[in-house]
This record gives sequence, structure tokens and C-alpha cells, in this order.
Amino acid sequence: MNAVAVPVLAPGTQWRAFRMVLYRDLYVTWREFPAFLAQVILQPLFLLFVFGKVLATLGYTQNGYTDLLFPGLLALTAVITAMQALAFPLVAEFGWTKEIEDRLLAPMPTSFVAAEKVLFAVLRSLIATLIMIPVGILILGSIPWRWAGFPLFVAGLLLGALVGAGFGLLMGTLVQPQRITLLFSLVFTPLLFTGCSQYPWPSLDQIRWFQIVTACNPMTYVSEALRGALVPEVPHIQPWICIVVLIFSVSVLLTVGVRGFYRRAID
Amino acid sequence: MSADFSSEGFAVEVLDLVKRYPKASVNAVDGVSFAASPGEVFGLLGPNGAGKTTTVGMLTTRVRPTAGLARIGGVDVVRNPVPARAQLAVVPQQSNLDRSISIRDNLIFHAAYHGVPAREREDRADELLDQFGLLDRARDKPDFFSGGQSQRVMIARALMHEPRVLFLDEPTTGLDPAARLFVWDRLRELRDSDVTLILTTHDMDEAALLADRVGVMDHGHLLALDTPDALIDSLEGEGTLELTADQPADGAVVDALASLAGVERVETVHLAAENGGPEASQSAVSQPLRVRLYLTGDAALSVAPAAAVLAERGLALQDVKLGTPTLEDVFIHLTGRTLR
Repeated sequence: MNAVAVPVLAPGTQWRAFRMVLYRDLYVTWREFPAFLAQVILQPLFLLFVFGKVLATLGYTQNGYTDLLFPGLLALTAVITAMQALAFPLVAEFGWTKEIEDRLLAPMPTSFVAAEKVLFAVLRSLIATLIMIPVGILILGSIPWRWAGFPLFVAGLLLGALVGAGFGLLMGTLVQPQRITLLFSLVFTPLLFTGCSQYPWPSLDQIRWFQIVTACNPMTYVSEALRGALVPEVPHIQPWICIVVLIFSVSVLLTVGVRGFYRRAID
Repeated sequence: MSADFSSEGFAVEVLDLVKRYPKASVNAVDGVSFAASPGEVFGLLGPNGAGKTTTVGMLTTRVRPTAGLARIGGVDVVRNPVPARAQLAVVPQQSNLDRSISIRDNLIFHAAYHGVPAREREDRADELLDQFGLLDRARDKPDFFSGGQSQRVMIARALMHEPRVLFLDEPTTGLDPAARLFVWDRLRELRDSDVTLILTTHDMDEAALLADRVGVMDHGHLLALDTPDALIDSLEGEGTLELTADQPADGAVVDALASLAGVERVETVHLAAENGGPEASQSAVSQPLRVRLYLTGDAALSVAPAAAVLAERGLALQDVKLGTPTLEDVFIHLTGRTLR
């Protein structure tokens, strides 16, 4: 064997690169904070207003519907925000702006670039979801809250954000830029309405086939876990089932997503 | 492992590098080897699809080689991509600047990714922006920058972490002449500071002007590798005469031209067809005769006899070009095609 140069790299180089890429994303979000707010809370805000306030005031929904809707909307916000934060920029960055190249050439493993995307999406999703709490109080007057359910609430939110990030990574690397509108109609919308955010899952046994469909959407388990945490009196899927299914979904989505990321990053 | 392949001293080394893309029937890069020293400007010259970009992609860790070795500063880019990335920088042909932040922030964040301390990266960003004539636009986002300006920003960005090797893909394609000269000047300065430049280009002038050595690529192979002068000297003869007739002609004309006194060799020139597909050879048949004579003496003396040969066969001369051989002639000699 001939002498191969031993790569010399200052200790911590890779983590510093990771931190700086994350800092860049936070920096951009901070500078565009109003746009960020509009992007993440408008949809759940309207859902909350129409379903929770308007329909209730007009007497079209039963008493207590607001209480089961609110945890569902938190779940929706957690999943969708993380997904949007990852999928759309990624499609653009790989597809036409090529902005990601400078990060792929930074001194860190390619997996770090993917991991930063996931972490950033989770952070964005958590911020957006937490903003929903004061918004909910403002619109509804009060929101269901149980400190006893807090650990489950946090676990549900985190896993929800990770599920969204996993979906985002998967779609962001699989979807061709010219198909981005298709992504919206074929994936986004069904995901949005089969995730049990507007109805509790057990009550669906009246529509068996739809109950089966919703059971295939990981978001359902986020909604149900949050209901278990905040409104346990409403029939819901056992929290431990939710957590197990979510951990499994997150592992699968992230594994496949990171593989897709590698395929796009390295020819 | 090849024993005679010493990694000492070279900034860039490539040995028997092969890339075959999935589902492709031929290798995009097919056994390429070369090395470049610190401070060398190395030009990779070839038409579109020759394999230049894929070669550079492998060296810059963005394309996984099918076989062979690629090293940056002695570091194997496949086994140790992270330390390899720390030593290199890439200036692509199309802008990949971060559109969400100002160009100054583009420079600063790039340096931050590469671990340049905060104070230093701010100072260096201002210094480079000044040097590249961009200081007054430091706070602007890259959205409305022209191609030439983006190119300058990207070169400045690449220099922020003081790379040992800088890869430039068609650095001045599409730039106006002033911007071209400006970029060339900056690149010469870099060479003087011991940065290795790997330049991919299909611009002969650029390669001849800037490169210490030029590798000519076509169909994934490195056909020749030497200094521009040596490559040109390798062509026999002292002058060239390029003739274009008004209509196609058969081989007999070419033979007659070749038998003229003072003519060493005759080459038929085909207009460059994109990637030399099958259509190219078909259309070549119907193209008006275009030949290049390599001469032992002064080209001007051969014009009249050559014109006479054509006239005897009913062909009229449309265009005549006299010259000493250029890199373009080398390329035509090696591939039988022009670059443009």
C-alpha cells in the first residue's frame, strides 16, 4: 500500500457545518416571520373559525364538537406544517434554484443535510402548533387542556411533526418539479381529510370503509393521541397504539426519505 | 491498487475513473486518468456530452464513480468525502446562489458552513466583494443579478473558505467581453496564489489563454493531455488552409488536394452536431465540402493550386481561411469534429 494522505479535519467541523445550515434556515424564517405566520396558521385558523365558531354558533354542530376538533387541528397543523416546510423548498432546491448545492458541498456528510431539513421542519411545525394555542383561546374563548395529559401531548406533537417531515422528505425527493401542483391535489388534500382531525376515529364505525382508509393515514394517530391527551372523555384510539404506530411510521418514512435524498444528492 | 500512483504533491488526481449511469449503454466517463499540481490551471476541453461535467462531478463528490480513483489533496473523495469537500469549491455554470439572502450573506454563510470564524468571514466577504466590484450591491438579493454578476458572486463565494482546488464549469460562457476579461484576470490571480483551477470548457480561446495544460475529452475518453503549445506542435506542418466549397464533393477531390505539393494531410471538417448523434453523419454527406489542409510551408502559397483543383471539378471556393494551427485544430484532428 502506498501512503494515502490522512484526511485532516478540525474536530467539530461537521457539526459546525450542520449548526450553521440550521442557523441559515432560522435566520431566513426570522426575517420573513410575518410570511411564515400567514403560511402556517391561516388554514387551521379558518378551519377553527368555521367549524368551531361559525357552525357552533349557528347550531349545526353539537355541544362539545369544538373540544374534539381543537386537538385534531393541532395534529393537522403539526403534520402539514412540517410537510410543507420540507417538501416545497426541497422540490425547488433540487429542481431549479439548485440552492442546496452549496450545502451539499459543505464539509459534512450528505445525511446531515437531510437531517437538518428534518430538524428545521420539526422546529417550524412546533412553533406553528404552539401558536395555535393562543389563537384557539382567542377564537373559541377556551380550549380543552389537561396538564395530566401533557407528556402524551408533547409526544404526540413531536411524532406528528416527524411524520410530516418524513412525508415532506419523501415527496420533496420523489416529486419532479413540474409535478408540484399534482402533489397538492393527489397527496396533500387526501392526507388532510383522512387524518381524523375533524372527527374521532372510533365514531367512524358507522362508515366502515372510511374508517379503514383513515387507519392507513399516520396523521390519524396524531389526532387520536392528542385527543387522548386533551379530551380523554371522547372515545379515541389507545395512546400506546398511537405511539407505536407513529414511531413505526416515522422510521419507515425517514428511512425511505433519506434514501430518496441521497439519490437526488449524489448521482 | 496501482503502486506507481503516488499521491504526493498533487492537488487533484484521477486514475482510471469510470462512470456508467444506470440504464446507460455506454460509460459516460471511460477510464480517465490525470493529475494536476498546486497552482496549476488544468483545462478539460470537449463538446457537450464528452464527460467533462461527470468527471468534475466525481471529483466534487456529487457523482459516485463506478470504478477508479479520484483524490483531492491526496484525499479519496469516495472514502472521505467530507475532508475532500473542505478543500474544494465549485463554480457552476448556472447560478445556485441562495435567493433568500443578500449576496454578502451568501458569502458569509458559505464561509460559516466551512468553519471560518465570524469576524474573519465578515472581513473577507467585504474584501472579496470589493475586489469583484460588487460592494455597492452587497445588500441585494441575487434575484435580479445578470449572468456575469452571478458568476462573479459565485467565484467570490467559492473563495471564502480558501479552497485548494477550484472547479469552474464554463466560467465565461454567456458573459460579455468585458466581464470575460475581468473573470480571466481574477482566475490568473488565483493561480498565482497556488490555488489549483480545474476548468471545464468548450471555449478554445479560454483554454489556450488560461490553462497550463489541457486535456481533450470526447465520448468519455481523454484523447490527449499536454500544454496548449505542445498539443498544437503535435500537429504536423506549419500552417493550415481551410477551404469551403459551394457544394458537396466526393473523396476524389480530397485525394487530389492531398497530392498537391506542400500538403501533408487533409481532413474533412464536419460541422459540430450536438453530441455527434447518428443524424450528424447523415447530414455530413450533404454538407458542402469543407476541408482543412495541413501544410509544410506558407499557407498563402497553397491557395491558388488548391483553388485550381476545385475548379477543375466544377467546385467554386466559398471561403478560405489561412492560419497556424490552434487548439481547435488539435480538437478537430483528434475527434474529426469542430466544437461549435
